[in-house]
Amino acid sequence: MIENRPIVTLVTHVLLLLGVATVAFPIWLAFVASTYPAEGLVSGVLPLWPGDHFWENYGSALSGGVEAAGSPPVLLMMANSLVMALAIAVGKIAISIVSAFAIVYFSFPFRTTAFWIIFLTLMLPVEVRILPTYEVVANLGMLDSYAGLAVPLIASATATFLFRQFFLTIPDEMLEAARIDGAGPLRFFWDILLPLSRTNIAALFVILFIYGWNQYLWPLLVTTDESYYTIVMGIQRMVSVPDSEPLWHLIMATAILAMIPPVFVVVAMQRLFVKGLVETEK
Amino acid sequence: MQHKRVIFQGRVLPYLLVLPQLVVTLVFFIWPASQALYQSVLLEDPFGLGSSFVWLDNFEELFADPGYLNSFKTTVVFSLGVTALSMGAALLLAAMADRVIRGATGYKTLLIWPYAVAPAVAGVLWWFMFNPTIGVLAYALKGLGYDWNHYLSGTDAMILVVIAASWKQVSYNFLFFLAGMQAIPKSLIEAAAIDGAGPVKRFWTIIFPLLSPTTFFLLVVNVVYAFFETFGIIHATTYGGPAQATNILVFKVYSDGFVGLDLGGSAAQSVILMLIVIALTVVQFRYIERKVQY
Repeated sequence: MIENRPIVTLVTHVLLLLGVATVAFPIWLAFVASTYPAEGLVSGVLPLWPGDHFWENYGSALSGGVEAAGSPPVLLMMANSLVMALAIAVGKIAISIVSAFAIVYFSFPFRTTAFWIIFLTLMLPVEVRILPTYEVVANLGMLDSYAGLAVPLIASATATFLFRQFFLTIPDEMLEAARIDGAGPLRFFWDILLPLSRTNIAALFVILFIYGWNQYLWPLLVTTDESYYTIVMGIQRMVSVPDSEPLWHLIMATAILAMIPPVFVVVAMQRLFVKGLVETEK
Repeated sequence: MQHKRVIFQGRVLPYLLVLPQLVVTLVFFIWPASQALYQSVLLEDPFGLGSSFVWLDNFEELFADPGYLNSFKTTVVFSLGVTALSMGAALLLAAMADRVIRGATGYKTLLIWPYAVAPAVAGVLWWFMFNPTIGVLAYALKGLGYDWNHYLSGTDAMILVVIAASWKQVSYNFLFFLAGMQAIPKSLIEAAAIDGAGPVKRFWTIIFPLLSPTTFFLLVVNVVYAFFETFGIIHATTYGGPAQATNILVFKVYSDGFVGLDLGGSAAQSVILMLIVIALTVVQFRYIERKVQY
């Protein structure tokens, strides 16, 4: 701080607290709503203080009481989301790091072509090519399977760029020393590159886990079998029940449960998260 | 293209290493995209038995369709709203957090976590708060004399999705603005303070101009976000309605293709969206090239 102006400092803190409150308000209300019985949310305005049905609502959400609300048990959907998020994060990192290794440390015909083909994926988000991608997955018989949920999403230009960028900063002497000691390419990759990339991998993992967990359109398309529903799309199923009022207390309990894993990852691994966010945008 | 001075020799190994990435890219990215390109110049007959080549008829039809032009306009309004609201709020919060000495990390933690909330979930949360019968905010607005109903009023629905989309994006913008501000040398700000410039004047004459690379970068990122990553918010809440008031382009591709089963029209829309992504990516990369030279 440059000058001492108590009023300005006070205004600063007030504004920041207002910001924090605005950010947290929807979550607080969702939590409050998830602690009331169904009748409490049919008419009148929602109270601002939690009710006494916390255990009942979360218990029934987790164990399948949401079937009335139009979706499979939350625990199953969370397991599906977890499988999908982990498969996407691990898959993306694995295929990106080996292709970046090939592009940086080898010279082979079509190297530049391969690089540009990978680069193209940056320009083709799922949203703009949904119908044909769906047809491909349907023709491969991958609808309603974990492979169908994860594999089409694991190609990633950003992760490949990140690793390429990082490998280029590793001094050449490292490779020369390894070669003198008789290490082949795979040995060098496994014993030197991988340990050096540890922080980058972790940062990328945080970002990709959130990306995978929050997928919405893709699971909506490729799953018709309830046992493969992910939690984020399951909430939508509960909101759009035909012919009746949505069961808001269960929906909000589910929404809270759906938020816990990714929010926990961001808060617990804040430093890695920020690093990952900044690096993937370079 | 840049690569190492010292490299490995290998004939088969490098191909094996890039193979998984290339297979996934070709099967799930390049092939579908070329299919979209191909279908966009075909017209399928109503029974799905055959199709004929129609040049650019699908595109002409699209641009003659008031529904599509309206969707374009809706998308522009939506993106401008989301970008302005989320960047404005983030800039204000970052400027404040940059001034704070004690508790800065705490504020940061409390402001960044909405990034982790899925767009669809964010949409449902705000949908619930604005619910005309039980929503707290709708009730408060009624108290102020405004009869909120996003089921009937297109404007209300648009405001709702803009707020939900911005709420989620503020944390991202906040992080980048704050990092940008902390990179500005303190000596510049101190010098201005000695010359008698107050906090507000310093912000507009020194901090804000020096932030312009960050601002420009975020502008592109936010437009991309509003265009392509907000499908979940629309689908989980307004479903494009009421009366097409929130039918943004990504949602229209989906509803025309999957619900309306208009293959040629949907493919033509996909192609236009791809062109938009490519244009935005080029803008972003050109800007990054420039930054490298500084």
